[in-house]
Amino acid sequence: MNESYYLLLAALLFTIGGLGVLLRRNAILVFMSVELMLNSVNLTLVTFSRTTGTLDGQVMAFFVMVVAAAEVVVGLAIIMSIFRSRRSASVDDANLLKY
Amino acid sequence: MPLDIPSPEVAYGPISPMLLVFGAALLGVLVEAFAPAAKRRVLQIVVSALGLVGALVATALLAGTEELVFNDAIAVDGPTLFLQGTLAVLGLAGVFLLSEQSLDSSGGAVVSKAAVLPGSREDVALAEDTRIQTEVYPLALFSLGGMMLFPASNNLILMFIALEVLSLPLYLMAGLARRRRLLSQEAAVKYFLLGAFASAFFLYGVALLYGYAGSVDLGDVFDATGTAQSNEALLFVGLAMLAVGLLFKVGAVPFQAWTPDVYQGAPTPVTALMAACTKIAAFGALLRVLYVGFGRTEWDWRPMLWAVAILTMVIGAVLAVTQTDVKRMLAYSSVAHTGFILIGVIALSPDGLSGTLFYLLAYGFTTMASFAVVTLVRDASGEATHLAQWAGLGRKSPLVAGTFAFFLFALAGIPLTSGFMAKFAVFSAGVDEGATALVVVGVVTSAVTAFFYARVVVLMFFTDAPADGGPTVAVPSGFTAATIALGLAVTVVLGVLPQPVLDLAERASQFAS
Repeated sequence: MNESYYLLLAALLFTIGGLGVLLRRNAILVFMSVELMLNSVNLTLVTFSRTTGTLDGQVMAFFVMVVAAAEVVVGLAIIMSIFRSRRSASVDDANLLKY
Repeated sequence: MPLDIPSPEVAYGPISPMLLVFGAALLGVLVEAFAPAAKRRVLQIVVSALGLVGALVATALLAGTEELVFNDAIAVDGPTLFLQGTLAVLGLAGVFLLSEQSLDSSGGAVVSKAAVLPGSREDVALAEDTRIQTEVYPLALFSLGGMMLFPASNNLILMFIALEVLSLPLYLMAGLARRRRLLSQEAAVKYFLLGAFASAFFLYGVALLYGYAGSVDLGDVFDATGTAQSNEALLFVGLAMLAVGLLFKVGAVPFQAWTPDVYQGAPTPVTALMAACTKIAAFGALLRVLYVGFGRTEWDWRPMLWAVAILTMVIGAVLAVTQTDVKRMLAYSSVAHTGFILIGVIALSPDGLSGTLFYLLAYGFTTMASFAVVTLVRDASGEATHLAQWAGLGRKSPLVAGTFAFFLFALAGIPLTSGFMAKFAVFSAGVDEGATALVVVGVVTSAVTAFFYARVVVLMFFTDAPADGGPTVAVPSGFTAATIALGLAVTVVLGVLPQPVLDLAERASQFAS
């Protein structure tokens, strides 16, 4: 099995996630795109763990999962609070701070 | 595939500064849970102060250590200890600012119930409520602990963990302002989404470098750059992505977009903490990555950093001129300063390293104290941050306006202030390493920044106050007064007698590897 397919898939997922952050307007969807990017990193790490013959990558994937979970807690709390005060989770509506 | 993971040898001594801060943060969580509400504030201040003073003492005792602990994951060396000591003192000053209660009619700068809807009837009642919220102390300590770990990480995945530990509490703290809550929540959302985006890039860079070197240890990455490898694409793309994450945290152009919004929206004590400490920690990490991990590939990253430094200085200085809000102006000035500090990073020499360390210390204290002054100027709705409201402040309160003017002179780099010595240190290191063009840009943009600092001084001293009388200058308690006095003392001493601290920075300018 050629490992580079997994790397390509991961790069594709990372790109889709990055484009999602830049193009989507809903804060929840932006945040989901960031999570997609983190998961593509996990796939990359596990693949490299196999190609380099070390375990570090698999251990790192666990670290990334834990950090992503912590980030979800903080992120959803912040997005919830702004949704409640504005009745909208669109990042375009958050426009009081400018110049 | 080797299936054993070597268990690290636990060395409590060298990491004691971080252990003390994290320990104080955990103790703060327990205080939140078990102490009676009336006693929490005093207990939290005592716990935080003890933790941070303990961390400062621990770094002083460790001075001269140069070793890698925990299977080379944490480097305890000169730059680490210098920055950790600086962070401990600045963290204490930040905790003092958070403890200030005599400025706002209803207590501190932090909202007591963050979940209450802004603009609702409950929120109106909350504005007069004198209850305070003390959860912000453990949050600040967790963040400071992460900041102390960030420049100490010699392992990229640990650096990522430290990045998140320092960022996540800051995202929350940015949204906790007692006044202008919509702005504050918006700042939190922007900071969070952009911060998470940037850390995803950082992480993908780590993964690619792992594929390149087979390890995320900076020493192993350095060794791998010396061997003839076929997959150099992994190295360059990985380093570029890593740099995106780090340059976002230091607020360099083109990753500076969050800086003005978050600095303006966050409660001012939190802004002070963020402006001074995050920059120190992130530059510490950037220095370690570039000096320890990529010292051999300098020809590949230097041109990019040149471009980033020039853009950062020019855009920071030019946009600062157009600002009408004090906090936003200070934010753009911090962007310009990021560019100046980058000159020291690019120099890639012991002089550059010690100059950068000195700059970070000098800049941290001046910034912390200037935001502390911003908290003093208030009107009925909270802080009066619009520049027009600052007109004529020099006649109303010569002491406050004079102090602020002095800090602005220090930020502009006028001789006899710490800012001048700091700029001199990084610029001379830049010239020595052949970055003369960069230094010329630095000097020209310094002149531009001096223009808008001088504009504020003219506004305060030579312009009439607004017709409605303008804002009042509140009398702070000892907490804010102590922070401003500390900032003033450091700014004067480093300007007049910089040699002891310059020597200290020079002795500290050796990375363990």
